[in-house]
Amino acid sequence: MANPTHESAAAGPRQVVFGMPTPDEIVTERSHELRQRLHKFPEGEALEDDDIELPTEPMTVNMGPSHPAMHGTVRIVLTLDGETVKDTDVQVGYLHRCFEKEAESATWTQVFPYTDRLNYVSPLLNNVGFAMAVEKLLGVEKLVPERAQYIRVIVGEISRITDHLTCLGAASAELGALTVFFWMIKAREWIWELLEELTGARLTHSYVRIGGVQADLTENFSARLLDTLKRVREALADAESALIKNRIFRDRMDGIATISAEDAIAWGWTGPCLRSTGVPYDVRKDHPYLVYDRFDFDVPVGSVGDNFDRYAVRLEEIRQSMRILEQALQQIQPGPVLIDDPRIALPPKREVYNTIEGMIGHFKQIVDGIRVPPGEVYSYSEGGNGELGFYIVSDGTGRPYRCHVRAPSFINTQVLAKLIHGAGVADIIPTFGMINMIGGECDR
Amino acid sequence: MSKVDLDKLVAQFREAVLSTHSSHGDDTAVVSAGQLGAVMRWLKGAGFDYLVDLTAVDRLGQEPRFEVVYHLRSMSSGSRLRIKVPAHQVEDGPAPEVPSIVQIWPVANWLEREVWDMFGIKFTGHPDLRRILLYEEFIGYPLRKDYPKEKRQPLIRRDYTME
Repeated sequence: MANPTHESAAAGPRQVVFGMPTPDEIVTERSHELRQRLHKFPEGEALEDDDIELPTEPMTVNMGPSHPAMHGTVRIVLTLDGETVKDTDVQVGYLHRCFEKEAESATWTQVFPYTDRLNYVSPLLNNVGFAMAVEKLLGVEKLVPERAQYIRVIVGEISRITDHLTCLGAASAELGALTVFFWMIKAREWIWELLEELTGARLTHSYVRIGGVQADLTENFSARLLDTLKRVREALADAESALIKNRIFRDRMDGIATISAEDAIAWGWTGPCLRSTGVPYDVRKDHPYLVYDRFDFDVPVGSVGDNFDRYAVRLEEIRQSMRILEQALQQIQPGPVLIDDPRIALPPKREVYNTIEGMIGHFKQIVDGIRVPPGEVYSYSEGGNGELGFYIVSDGTGRPYRCHVRAPSFINTQVLAKLIHGAGVADIIPTFGMINMIGGECDR
Repeated sequence: MSKVDLDKLVAQFREAVLSTHSSHGDDTAVVSAGQLGAVMRWLKGAGFDYLVDLTAVDRLGQEPRFEVVYHLRSMSSGSRLRIKVPAHQVEDGPAPEVPSIVQIWPVANWLEREVWDMFGIKFTGHPDLRRILLYEEFIGYPLRKDYPKEKRQPLIRRDYTME
């Protein structure tokens, strides 16, 4: 809306020289016309809202980069016509940390801490994805001990739960359900306490190694995890009962930002976002890796591909992850957790300090890195937001020649502009929340 | 993920497919840049309807220097295919060019922008080829092998202050 300038106000009936104009004084020429037109309607004839064309001009609004609802840091340049989004430019990159460039100068093992910081609400899934890529290039994916594979599934599914809890909780809070946010974040906290006990870190675990995992499960891990899952399930039921029949929540989620399955595929969506459109593509089911073919679990899909479907799919996926966890805890057998190959696994500390072979092996691996044969692979796993792919190229040295990550957040976020086109400003909040852009993964 | 897909592709485009190979279970076809659009269109019709990923590799010191790498997946059969396109860089010459495939897969839009941002490979026919992760004022292409990792380019705009 154009503000009256001093000149236009001076031309009107009353002069405004100092201070803010009163509403009567904010009268543009066009609204004069409108008022006159309204008076022409014969008496008794109802005037529909749609008949009134309010004079508006396109307005450019910056949403972000620093905005309470833009978790992560993203800037959306909106062109608004009144409350309607006419044009959108989504600008990402505010959290760019040169992951791919840094990886080229680190040894293969030193890349793990960088992968933690990709999707920082499910770091262990990134750890597992990268380890699988290197093992595929080494040709040892079948030699990773079974117990290590089970542990990877367990920590991976735990991470998926924390990922979805964060997404759902944050989205609820943005729609006003702050209590639900606290319930879900509390549940996430219980899980992180467990992971802290296992890996030594709350968030940046770096727990997975090429050829296995860093350490075996802690004592009583299984019993504690089952107890935690029970409490998480209760928190989830509370959250669901507070939201599923909540009028405010449903009004802002149902039918908002709908996308068809064909469009979702053309735009490269994966993960819960793609499944919300009814496409049952899940890497764990379609290309089973690790020991996922031994578990009985369902792939929840939506029907219309709106925000509510994306919410419901994630909610159900948490329950399916719990099913996988319970089966994995039953099936897991004692055994080694790291590959038995001195060229890949670090020797135990006892050997490093007491034998010359152990010391040399340790030294060579720390300084030169694991020698990965020349070649290239694309390895993929199901991350928190979809297919997490690593395309790695080796030139035979101890460091990656090229390490590219197919970041699902980056590809999913691209569709935001299409989804909010023609929607209201308020619809951006749940839509963005349900795409679940994770800045660290999107911007790398 | 079979040899059959590669053989069919070679039979269809004898001249466009420069070479094929399979390693670690990944099938790869190297396609000349000029025929990329036709190959991709045919592959999309032949079932590879999903563009998973698009990136590039800088093989400094080799000829051609750049490779643009596409990963495709078939949503019906689950097979995967890697397509590589060589991009020549003339010493101190203009940016190498590869045809854009945004018209075939809209997802390529941001992915091609990222490759332009990081490698300086131009995608001809791209509707909006801007930098995406870095800022417009950035000089150089950081993922090229001749870009030093330690180089710092802070964005300081002095014209912001006191106009």
